Amino acid sequence: MTLVVDEAPAGGPAPEAPIEAFTVTLIIRRFDPDVDSEPRWQDFDVQMFATDRILDALHKIKWEQDGSLTFRRSCAHGICGSDAMRINGRNRLACKTLIKDLDITKPIYVEAIKGLPLEKDLIVDMDPFFESFREVQPFLQSNTAPPKDKERIQSVADRARFDDTTKCILCAACTSSCPVFWTDGQYFGPAAIVNAHRFIFDSRDEAASTRLDILNDKEGVWRCRTTFNCTDACPRGIQVTQAIAEVKQAIMRGKP
Amino acid sequence: MATTIETPRAPHSVRRNRGVNWEKWGWIYMRASGVVLLILIFGHLFVNLMVGDGIKAIDFAFVGGKWSDPFWQVWDTLMLWLALIHGSNGMRTIVNDYSTRPLVRKILLGAIAVSAVTLITLGTLVVFTFDPCPAGSPADLLPSFCPVNQ
Repeated sequence: MTLVVDEAPAGGPAPEAPIEAFTVTLIIRRFDPDVDSEPRWQDFDVQMFATDRILDALHKIKWEQDGSLTFRRSCAHGICGSDAMRINGRNRLACKTLIKDLDITKPIYVEAIKGLPLEKDLIVDMDPFFESFREVQPFLQSNTAPPKDKERIQSVADRARFDDTTKCILCAACTSSCPVFWTDGQYFGPAAIVNAHRFIFDSRDEAASTRLDILNDKEGVWRCRTTFNCTDACPRGIQVTQAIAEVKQAIMRGKP
Repeated sequence: MATTIETPRAPHSVRRNRGVNWEKWGWIYMRASGVVLLILIFGHLFVNLMVGDGIKAIDFAFVGGKWSDPFWQVWDTLMLWLALIHGSNGMRTIVNDYSTRPLVRKILLGAIAVSAVTLITLGTLVVFTFDPCPAGSPADLLPSFCPVNQ
């Protein structure tokens, strides 16, 4: 990385300016079930560059300061959906949140996503989340075989109907930002509805009515209060609240 | 050509009771009544506050006059029922969302239901039985436009 300095002498190559590093304070909500009776906040100072991510800060803490810090991450590039966490009160992926986008004059608060059972530090039990995901049958179901030796053809317009919801990476940022999900553990949550939407509006799928029936439940789409927390939280930019509204409309029509 | 492949597993069984889906109808009611209330409430405000002498015209006689007209009786009753059910259903969803203990939830929902039913009953009774000049009342308690005072 190079920074071009305006006052560089004409002719010669611009001298390389040192990249500025900042001391960033992270306050992390720690919880060790073997030691703590309840979570506690602990602060760490780390040297960071503006282009670093929160995930890099967590790595630095884990590798250089406190090896007991526990968090999930896999790909570190915003596609595996492992490192969703609450950063300064908003659900974000740690690997997609840059230091330069945060106000580093103040400490940065990092905690686990809410609404799911806390296991350790930034790790929560994702089982309830995946249980409601499984319940909406998120797989293609068709009673008819595709044309012989051919794939199932779909028009561009048909594909576009559910394009937005195919982007979901199941990071749980939306579901754990939903105030209804925080108090009502029975609610399917935005992520499950998004993944139901992906198949309900797929022209090749034939189980839409089953899924609509599952979501037309006391704990289904009618629980949604359109707070838009989920849309704000989605690291993939999915219009989650709109997808839920489309499922509501489909239930009222009785078909996708 | 299109062959039908049997489902390998038992199909999804319709789990819950197939009664009226109150959650769904509640959701639809909130939207429908909201739109109607918008017209009713702004119509009410316009007629009461802006038409004619505006706010200066409002007194006992004004209200008495309105409720002697079947049009305004229906209008006000509709507004009363729609608004109170709309409001208490909203309170019900808030209680459902935020009360975690079943007993507290039961008490709060009961209180909302009781107050809504009471207010609707009393309100409807008043709108349809309102008589500004009840017979046999002492003249000094009656408004000036009553026949006793004329």
